[in-house]
Amino acid sequence: MDLNTKFTPQNWPEHAEQATMEGKNKFVGFWIFLSCEVVLFASLFATYLALKDSGPAGMDLAKYSTKALYELPLAFAMTMILLTSSLTSVYAMYHMKNFNFKGVQTWMGITVILGLCFLGLEIYEFYHYVHAGFGYRHSAFSSAFFTLVGTHGLHVIIGLVWISCLIFRNMKRGLNLYNAPKYFVASLYWHFIDVVWVFIFTVVYLMGVLG
Amino acid sequence: MAHDTHFEARSQVQQEYYRKENAAKMRSQVTQFAIMILLTLVAFASAVADFAPNFVKPFVLLLAGVQVVQQLYAFMHMEDKKAYHIGVISFFMWGGALIAFTFFLCFLTIIWW
Amino acid sequence: MSSVAQKKGFGAQVWDYLTTVDHKKIAIMYLAAGTLFFAIAGLEALFMRFQLMFPESTFVSAGTFNQLLTMHGTTMLFLAATPLLFAFMNAIVPLQIGARDVAFPFLNSLGFWLFFLGAVFLHLSFFMGGAPDAGWTSYASLSLYSPGHGIDFYVLGLQISGAGTLISGINFIVTIITMRAPGMTFMRMPLFTWTSLVSSTLILFAFPPLTVGLFLMLVDRMFGANFFDHTMGGNTIIWEHLFWIFGHPEVYILVLPAFGLFSEIIPVFARKRLFGYSSMVFATILIGFLGFMVWAHHMFTTGLGATANAIFAVATMTIAVPTGMKVFNWILTIWGGSIKVTVPMLYALGFIPSFVAGGVTGVMQAAAPLDYQLHDSYFIVAHFHYVIVGGIVTALFGAAHFYWPIMFNRALNEKLGVLTFWIFFIGFHLTFFLQHFLGLMGMPRRVFTYMGDQGWDLFNLISTIGAAMMGVGVILLVLNVLISIKSEPLNRRDYWGDGRSLEWALETPLPFYNFKQTPLVRGYDPYWIEKQEGNKEGMVYAEPVGDIHMPNNSILPLIMSIGTFIAAFGALYSPWGDQAIAGTADSVSPGLSVGLIVLGLGITVGAMIARSLKDDLGYHVHVAEIEAIEKDLAQYRATGKKGGNK
Repeated sequence: MDLNTKFTPQNWPEHAEQATMEGKNKFVGFWIFLSCEVVLFASLFATYLALKDSGPAGMDLAKYSTKALYELPLAFAMTMILLTSSLTSVYAMYHMKNFNFKGVQTWMGITVILGLCFLGLEIYEFYHYVHAGFGYRHSAFSSAFFTLVGTHGLHVIIGLVWISCLIFRNMKRGLNLYNAPKYFVASLYWHFIDVVWVFIFTVVYLMGVLG
Repeated sequence: MAHDTHFEARSQVQQEYYRKENAAKMRSQVTQFAIMILLTLVAFASAVADFAPNFVKPFVLLLAGVQVVQQLYAFMHMEDKKAYHIGVISFFMWGGALIAFTFFLCFLTIIWW
Repeated sequence: MSSVAQKKGFGAQVWDYLTTVDHKKIAIMYLAAGTLFFAIAGLEALFMRFQLMFPESTFVSAGTFNQLLTMHGTTMLFLAATPLLFAFMNAIVPLQIGARDVAFPFLNSLGFWLFFLGAVFLHLSFFMGGAPDAGWTSYASLSLYSPGHGIDFYVLGLQISGAGTLISGINFIVTIITMRAPGMTFMRMPLFTWTSLVSSTLILFAFPPLTVGLFLMLVDRMFGANFFDHTMGGNTIIWEHLFWIFGHPEVYILVLPAFGLFSEIIPVFARKRLFGYSSMVFATILIGFLGFMVWAHHMFTTGLGATANAIFAVATMTIAVPTGMKVFNWILTIWGGSIKVTVPMLYALGFIPSFVAGGVTGVMQAAAPLDYQLHDSYFIVAHFHYVIVGGIVTALFGAAHFYWPIMFNRALNEKLGVLTFWIFFIGFHLTFFLQHFLGLMGMPRRVFTYMGDQGWDLFNLISTIGAAMMGVGVILLVLNVLISIKSEPLNRRDYWGDGRSLEWALETPLPFYNFKQTPLVRGYDPYWIEKQEGNKEGMVYAEPVGDIHMPNNSILPLIMSIGTFIAAFGALYSPWGDQAIAGTADSVSPGLSVGLIVLGLGITVGAMIARSLKDDLGYHVHVAEIEAIEKDLAQYRATGKKGGNK
């Protein structure tokens, strides 16, 4: 692949992320990796479901149960932020198709900011629980909850670092066929984080407050 | 595989058509997004409204399923039949989902201690 | 990269291997590392057998015995069989599909180094306070309360090497999907490539549950979580499920490539097309799928309930159907063939009855009521050793003889190979056949000794003699390898004379880019087709000679792996574990523990960012260079004078 090819919006290929052999491999490979993440999160979800509301004998369920702990407004705010960040990364990919590098960087930047907001809320939530005595070592329930939601949070952190690095590394380079797949794959990862979150807010929070 | 790829430039007309098509696709993405937001609202509303949990639980799960399919097929472009080996990719994704489903089944039914 | 390089110094060669992304060199590293751990685990098995040779023996203590049996199982499965199969997958699959390298050469190298450093980490436990001692299954209640750091080494070591295996699995899936030469359709792929694909898919879906299980164990032991601690509401059955969701597919991860290797060996020496190719492919996929639906048959006696046991029993028995299809296809390939009994073929012929015996006892255990009798007895030990030694180890030994000419441009000695086979094969049956009866007589597995005069003494003695014979067999094989280093280079293609698939069309020694021109595949068994049509070059080409794009070498995979290795020590000596708090395990200060974790992960993440920030475009081998290399190789093949390229 030659980095010196100068592209214009006219000759920028329609599927820039799949225009080179490396891009194609990366595209397939990353999807395959995501299918493995599906199984990884399924294991965590299943563990959480098996352990929710269970703790040492005499654990105060009026205080430490899914019903008593979770607060829907916060979960709702987090959901909205993350869903919106999914849309903003779609916008970034839209601009990539039109060879608008500035658009890509801007929308990816917005995605990062939204991701940071989400992460802030999640940290606040965790802090709140720990303060209420529901720490990581509190019970099997607390361990399972923090591990499941925390693993998702870890994915958010990785995604943020990744996208930030991308924005930074390509500032001077502009769009080319070498970094187009990188952007595309990062946005796939970000969407996947949202996919997992859809299940988290449904299975953990919504079904949790129902008891 | 080191063959220099030549990139065909689009003519002015083609370029306009291309941009228009992209914009149309983007509009449909925004519509999808609106539907997702709506589904989320419905899900949260049905959880706080005082319906029977036995109805709400399968209902919100269904909504989540719809949203995930939207994410995968619209936002992540799994609907794009021309994408590279997309058939293999959907086989792997749905295979993973099927295996994931057996985990849920197992952990919810045969762990009872 | 100069084509006519000078002979490299030792340091340069070491550096070359540390940084290589060439699938052929990574294959050699996998082979060497796998052999090392195979030898260690074999030695552990011998120690156990010597302990059990006579009743009430005191050769090793009970605690040491537990460590030996844990490390034997863990090492054999994760650190010997897996890498040895990866060695052949790396060496052969790209050649079979007509590719110049794997899809992600960098990840290939990363996968190897993660595996290797994870394995080294696990083995350091012997020198740092005792090895893990809760069995290779490491059931939670037992392992949670195991004192010392043994289990911590197990959890962290397997976590690291498991990540490496997962990365390699993804790499092979993508390689086989996207890197096939023109004309190499899915239904023309050789069986070894097919089984590698299915086995990699199983890795893809089976390793995440293991990762999760190990992670839960890690935080339970080292950071005070409560997943498996029933006093805190935890549930030890979750570990059993997560482990076996991984553990059962793991068996197929190992045995499917072994099936593939035999499916390559048998047609070559029966000199007949593989019988029932499409049914073989179908059976492979079916085994892969069913392999995921049967894990709870390891837990019949856990008390899952009659319904669950019945479902899993039936599912387990259905696996016998596709496996039977394969066995009959092999037999029918041999049937009526013009058979040449070489060493690889000997292993194949020994494999079929041995593996069938292991399969049949497997179906016996699938019957849940009978399993209540057989569970945790030597019958189980006999069963899975028939499957693993009779299926996988014979495949590895056979494939070593079979593919040695391609991998090293040398042949292993046939006469010594035949001797090795018979000693190993007889030793194997002596060791494990009688263990069926020991099990039926009531001898439990995993015991470090037993009382005399229960009718077990003679069988145990014979079993130990058999194990010693297996040891002799392995030593002879290693000897054979050493002899081969000094033997004459072959410098030819199609060493066995009857090769069928693409890898045999290549003349050894191979240039680093494998194929000067990408081949065009015109059917199943492409080399056979070309030979039939009298094509002297062995293949037709899909492209003219042109510049070849190759990936750059990199030291970063090793650095990333070293980072995880350092971080693992930080976690190991965590002061927040239940045992560290109770003072029953040594820990370090919080500062040092966090410091090591941060330092290690910092190195790993830093190396990743460094990788991301640099454009790594690879390089082109230009036509003139290719011609020079080819000339150099031709001269070497003719005169034996070394050029630059091996």
